[in-house]
Amino acid sequence: MTAVPADPPATGRPSRRAVSRGSTFDPIFGFLCGAAATLLLATLTGVMISLAIGGWPAFAKFGLGFFTSTRWNPSADIAGGEFYGGAGPIVGTLITALVALVLSLPIAVGVAVFLTEFCPRTLRRPIGIAVELLAGVPSIVYGMWGLFVFAPLFSQVVETPLAYWTPPPFLGKGFADFWNNAVIGDLVPNGSGIFAASIILAIMILPFMAATLRELFLTVPPKVRESAYGVGCTPLEVVMSVTIPYVRRSAIGAVMLGLGRALGETMAVTFVIGNAHNFPKGLFSGGSTIASTIANEFAEATTPLHTSALIALGFVLFVITFAVLAIARTLLNAQRQA
Amino acid sequence: MAAIAGIGVLILIALLVLSALVALFGGAFGSRKLANLGFIVFCVGGATLAIASLAAILASLLANGLGGINLAVFTQDTPAVGSSGGLRNAIIGSIAMCLMGMIIAVVVGILAGTWLAEYSGRSRWTAAYGSVVRFVNDVLLSAPSILVGLFIYEVVVLYVVHHFSGFAGAISLALLAVPVVTRTTEDVLRLQSKQLRESGVALGAPLWITIKDILWKAASGGMITGALLAFARISGETAPLLFTSLGNQLSTVHLPIYREGGRWLFDPSLGLNQPTASLPKVIFDYALSAYDDWRRLAWVGALLIAIAVLGINILVRVLSAEPKRS
Amino acid sequence: MNGPMSSETTAPDTFESFTEAVPDAKLEARGVDFFYGKSQALYDVNIGFQRHAVTALIGPSGCGKSTLLRALNRIYALYPGQRAAGEILLDGENTLERGVDLGQLRAKVGMVFQQPTPFPMSIYDNVAFGVRLYEKLSKADLDQRVEESLRRAALWTEVKDKLQLSGLGLSGGQQQRLCVARGVAVRPEVLLLDEPASALDPISTAKLEETIVELKSDITIVIVTHNLQQAARISDNAAFMYLGRLIEFAKTDRLFDNPRARRTADYITGRFG
Repeated sequence: MTAVPADPPATGRPSRRAVSRGSTFDPIFGFLCGAAATLLLATLTGVMISLAIGGWPAFAKFGLGFFTSTRWNPSADIAGGEFYGGAGPIVGTLITALVALVLSLPIAVGVAVFLTEFCPRTLRRPIGIAVELLAGVPSIVYGMWGLFVFAPLFSQVVETPLAYWTPPPFLGKGFADFWNNAVIGDLVPNGSGIFAASIILAIMILPFMAATLRELFLTVPPKVRESAYGVGCTPLEVVMSVTIPYVRRSAIGAVMLGLGRALGETMAVTFVIGNAHNFPKGLFSGGSTIASTIANEFAEATTPLHTSALIALGFVLFVITFAVLAIARTLLNAQRQA
Repeated sequence: MAAIAGIGVLILIALLVLSALVALFGGAFGSRKLANLGFIVFCVGGATLAIASLAAILASLLANGLGGINLAVFTQDTPAVGSSGGLRNAIIGSIAMCLMGMIIAVVVGILAGTWLAEYSGRSRWTAAYGSVVRFVNDVLLSAPSILVGLFIYEVVVLYVVHHFSGFAGAISLALLAVPVVTRTTEDVLRLQSKQLRESGVALGAPLWITIKDILWKAASGGMITGALLAFARISGETAPLLFTSLGNQLSTVHLPIYREGGRWLFDPSLGLNQPTASLPKVIFDYALSAYDDWRRLAWVGALLIAIAVLGINILVRVLSAEPKRS
Repeated sequence: MNGPMSSETTAPDTFESFTEAVPDAKLEARGVDFFYGKSQALYDVNIGFQRHAVTALIGPSGCGKSTLLRALNRIYALYPGQRAAGEILLDGENTLERGVDLGQLRAKVGMVFQQPTPFPMSIYDNVAFGVRLYEKLSKADLDQRVEESLRRAALWTEVKDKLQLSGLGLSGGQQQRLCVARGVAVRPEVLLLDEPASALDPISTAKLEETIVELKSDITIVIVTHNLQQAARISDNAAFMYLGRLIEFAKTDRLFDNPRARRTADYITGRFG
C-alpha cells in the first residue's frame, strides 16, 4: 500500500491549474444572488417607510380626523382653510373593491366550472386561453373602454331609467328611504360613479379569478370527482360538495388576491368613478378611491401638505392591501405545501 | 345598436340571476335535476358573458383605433392642441423605459430567484430568510403599482435625480417586473433534477459555473417565458409613470451616439435623464381631454398597447407549447 | 486495512465482518463515518479500491453504498449538514481534510449518475465541458479529445455525424454513454458509477458494461449496483454493505462463490434485500 505506482503515461494526465480561476468566484456569486434577494425585501420595506415618512405631516396635522373627515380642501382660500380628510377615498376604495368582488366572484366560479366540467373538449383550450389573455389586458384599456363605451351605455340603459323610477308604495317607506339614500344617492345619469367603477373593476378581475380558480379546480384528483359522480351526484352537487371544499383554502386565497388587485387598481377606476371627494352618498353617486385620488392630484399637488396627504392615503392603501395579500398568500401557500 | 347590445347584456344578466336562484333553491323544492339545469345555465351564461366582454373590448379597440393608424402615428410627436401629430415620442419612450426596466429586472430577478432555489436551503437561517423573501416577493407580485410609483417618486425623483425622469420611470417599471422574473426563475430552477446539478459539480466545475452554464441553460425556456410575461405586464402599466417619468411633448430618447444640429453627440443616458413620454400616460391624458384629435390618438395608443401585450402573451403560449409537441 | 472492526461509535448489535486487503489501492477509506445531519449513515467503513480494477458495491437499498460512493468525491459537500469523518486516501493523500480543492478532487474522481444527465447543449459541448474548465486546448486537440472520449464510451460511431446536435435528443442508453464520455474526457483517475444501468434497457446495459470493462485499463472504477449479475459480470472486487456497515469485501469470485458472512450469503442467494 505504500508504493504508489504511476498511472500509465499513455493517457497523459493533464496538469490541472486552470480550474482555480473559477472556484474563487463561488462566494462572490452566492453573495450577488443573496444581495438580489435582499433587494426584494428592501423594496417592500422601502415602500412602507417612504410612504410613512412622506405621509407623516398629514397624519400629524389631522390625526384621527384624516380617517374620519370627508372634507378634502386643497385651497386655503375656502372657508376652513386647507384641510384633508381621507374618509371619502378610503371608503370608496373598500366599497368599489367589495362590490366588484361580489359581482365577479359568482361568475368567475361559473366560468371555472364551465371550463372544467361542461365545456366541449375542442373549445376548452381556446376559451381557457381567451380567459387568460383577458387577464393580461392592461388596466388602462379597461379604463378607456369604460369611459367611452361602457359609461354612455350604462347611462342610457341603466342609470336613466333608474333615475325616473320611484319604488312603488307597497314596498314600504323603509325600502324607499334605503333606495333613495343608499342606492341612488345623488345620481347623475352620466355613466360614472361608484357602481360603474365597480362593474369595470369586476370585469377586470373576472378573468384573473376565473383563470386562478380553474387552475385550482384542475388540482382536484379526477378520482375524487369521479367517485362522487359514481354515487349519482349531479355536476352541481359534485362542484358544491367535492370540488370547492377540496380547494377551499386556496380558493379563498385566490379570491383575496382578486380583492387585492381591485383595491389597488388605478386606471380602470379613475376614468369612471366620477372623482368626487365627498363621502359617497349612494351606490350610484360619484366617488373616488385612494388610487384614483393620487393619480388625479399628485402631479398637480399645490402645497407640501397636499402632497403629504396624498402619500398618507397611499400608506393607508399599502396597509390595507398588504393585509389582504398577506392573508391570500398564507392561505395559498398552506394549500401548496399540504 | 349599442343600446341593443346593452339590453342584450341586461337580459343575459337577468338569466344569470334567475339560473343562480334556480341552482341555489331548486334543490329545496325537491328537484335536483332542475337545480342542476340552473347551474349549467349559470356556468354557460357566465362564460358567455366573460367571452362577450373580451369581444366587446377588442371590438371597440379595433373600431376606434384601427381607423386612426397611419404613418404619422409613428413618425410624428404628440401634437399640441389643434394641430395634428402622432405618438412617436410616446412609443419610443415606452419602449426605452420598458427595455431598461427589463434589463434591471432580469438581472435582479434571475439572481434573486437563483438564490431562493439554489442557496436558501443551506441552513436553518437562510431557509427562514428565504421564506420571508419568498413571501415578500409574492406580496410584491400583486402590490398596487401606484404605490411603487410613489416610492420611486420619493426616493429617485426627490432625492437622486431631483426631477421627473425616464430613469425613475424605468426603475419603477423594473420593480414591478422583478417579482415576476424572480418567481418564474425559482420555479423552473426547482424543476431541474438534483442529479443535473450534481453532475456539473462532479466534473469539477465550481457551483456558479454549474448554475450559469448548465442550470440556467436547462431552465432558459421557463426563464424567457417569465421575462416575457413581466415585459407584457409593465408595458401597459400607467399608474407608476404618472409621477416618475411624467411626460414630454418631444422625442427626447436617443441612441448613445446621435446626430443633432448637424453634429454627432455622445450621451450614454439615452436621454432618459429628463421627463420622458410614454404611451400609457399619453392615453391617460388624451382620453380625458376635450379634443377629438387627442381622443382618437388615445384609442390608437390603447390599440397599440393591447396588440403588444396580447402579442407577447400569445408568443409565450406558442413558445411554451413547442416542446410538448416534439 | 482489515483492522479490527471496532464499532465503538454506535451499533448496539455486533456485525460479523470480513474484509480483505487489496494489493494496490488507488483509493482507500479508513474508518469512515458519514452523517446526514444528526443521523449516521456509515459506520467505520474500511475499504481499498484496487488500481485499474472494477470494485462493485452491493447491498439492499439504504445500506449506505451510494453514501460511500458520494463520500469518495465529496459531492455531498453541496449539502450543508452532510459530513464525513475518518480518512479517504487518494494516492495516500487524505481528501477529507480541510483545504482540499474540491474542484481538483472531483476532476480526478469523476462520477456518473443513475439517471442520464446530458447538459442542455450539443453533444460536442457536453464532452468538452469538463475539459474546457481545466485545460486550454487548441481546437484540433479538443476535437481529438472529444473523439477519443466518445470512442472509449462506445458512442463515436453513433454520433460522429451529429456532434453539433443537442445531447438531449439521444436515446436513454446513448445519453448515459455520453455522460460516461463526458466523465472520461477530463481524464479522471477514478470513475464512480451510481447504478448507471438501472434506467437502461438490456442492450444499452450490455454496451455500457463493455465500456466499463474497457475503461479499467487506465481508470480505477467503483460501481454501485443493485444488480448482482451485473456485479458478478464486470467487477474484480466486490463489497457487501448492510445498515451502513461494510460486511464483506473480497475478490468478486470469492464473494459470490464462497461468502464468509452469513448476511452476505443470505443476500446473494436472495433470502433478503
